[in-house]
Amino acid sequence: MSVIAYIESNNNRVKKTSLEAAYYAAQTAKLLGTEAIAVALGTHDAAELAALGQLGITKVLHDANARFDSFDSGAVCKAIATLAANSSVVVLSYNQNGKAIAPRVSVRMKAGLIPGATALPETNGDFVVSKNVFSGKAIAHYQIKTDKKVIAITPNSLQIVRGEGSAAVEAVSSGVSDADFVTVIKSEEKASGKIALTEAELVVSAGRGLKGPENWGMIEELANLMGAATACSRPVADVHWRPHEEHVGQTGFTIRPNLYIAVGISGAIQHLAGVNGSKTIVVVNTDPEAPFFKAADYGVVGDAFTVVPKLIESYKKFKASSH
Amino acid sequence: MKILVPVSKVPDTTSKVAFTEGNTKFATDNVTYILNPTDEWYSLVRALEIVEKEGGSVTVIHQGEADSEQFIRKALAIGANDAVRIDAAATDGYNVALNIAEYAKDKGFDLVITGKETIDYNGFQIGGMIAEMLNVPYVSLASSLEVAGGKATVSRDIEGGKEIVEVSLPCVISAQKGMAEQRIPNMKGIMSARTKPLAVVPALTETLTSIKVYDLPAAKTAVKLIDPENMDELINLLHVEAKVI
Repeated sequence: MSVIAYIESNNNRVKKTSLEAAYYAAQTAKLLGTEAIAVALGTHDAAELAALGQLGITKVLHDANARFDSFDSGAVCKAIATLAANSSVVVLSYNQNGKAIAPRVSVRMKAGLIPGATALPETNGDFVVSKNVFSGKAIAHYQIKTDKKVIAITPNSLQIVRGEGSAAVEAVSSGVSDADFVTVIKSEEKASGKIALTEAELVVSAGRGLKGPENWGMIEELANLMGAATACSRPVADVHWRPHEEHVGQTGFTIRPNLYIAVGISGAIQHLAGVNGSKTIVVVNTDPEAPFFKAADYGVVGDAFTVVPKLIESYKKFKASSH
Repeated sequence: MKILVPVSKVPDTTSKVAFTEGNTKFATDNVTYILNPTDEWYSLVRALEIVEKEGGSVTVIHQGEADSEQFIRKALAIGANDAVRIDAAATDGYNVALNIAEYAKDKGFDLVITGKETIDYNGFQIGGMIAEMLNVPYVSLASSLEVAGGKATVSRDIEGGKEIVEVSLPCVISAQKGMAEQRIPNMKGIMSARTKPLAVVPALTETLTSIKVYDLPAAKTAVKLIDPENMDELINLLHVEAKVI
């Protein structure tokens, strides 16, 4: 009864979120005394799949049917359930696609789902997995009561460790037919060259304190320099200073980067709900009473228009000295 | 066009989160409940807009005990035509999806529109589960939805962007920001909500998961304030102490 990791690639590279799923599956397999097998659907690079061995995957089942390159939650669900028929646990990322797939797989396999796990399971006695609830204000330890289990992990919630090894890649058919693909993709819009916010390890975010959309140049400069994604608060997205795709908070995206730098954001509870899983939070605000300082690790009480340019200069120096 | 909109009630965002009975139960004392924002603002309002244009009806469905009725009436006041209450406290996501699918399976709904998540248990799971149970297409994290000629055209989030997809009706969509703007119920809506039909149906009890215990995240250590003139120090701390750059 192996553990299955569902793997996605983007431009022939396995997504970071899928590397996390592979590592989580391998660690879970170790706890259960079994092996971890990856499932990859559609177009993937064979060497990238074999390299999943470094994360503890022993075998990759690859159905190269190119129809999978156009995402369809029902077809992917059917394929996973077919290939995982003899497995006890399915692990996948709770990224955008995972949020569409995991609930379907849970129903199809009659397997209890943890939608957004943040830690490895406890397997002594009951099978228990923890997940954030109440927008990060609490952690719930869920027991999965079914023999089969689906664990959808929150992106960036565990640090992968690479070892040695290579996985055997085996061509398989997952048994889906053309009729299983019911979603027609008409067009795709991707901001090219930008780092996807929900996958980013570093995020620079700004809010109303910046006074107007014309002042975002320094935020983008800092983000580009650091290799960070940009984000914003709700009021700024609502008045269209910034695109909705950047809005983090309760009604926007929930992110948990390693570093979240918030400039000119007061830190309303709705905003914190989207970012309080960040490992390190830096807050820059003119108001020392801003509630965000209570959630911050590092605070700078000062004017964004003088602090951010200084931060850019300091980061440049740091970068120059560390290379 | 017949549209079903599941709605949930959740603790208000500003509620204190605490637990009782050995941290196994959420402490509901002094908690103010609200309609789940993504249900109220996005899925319900978009369903109403579609019906206003295409004709048809919007049914809201909620799993909860009798004290949930005020939240169902609010959804009716915003404009839903009728409502169903599944007569049991909501347990796990699977159970709620099972009850909604059980109700919906023979009613001929063209669309089921859920909110992307509830703000209490943050599951993002009901929509996908209902779709699989009803064996229909599912599009998650939708920020726009148009319906024409038996098809739904949906803008859906992908990493770093969006894609426009088309699926046939009936289907399930999960709605997020961008889908619609919040509507405040007016006096006429509130008055008419009192007499709109509200059916109560029994619940199936099967669950796949349960919460054993809750705990609270480790308390944040006090913020370390950095001199705004000394950003070298901040960079150094991020590198050496926090180890994030």
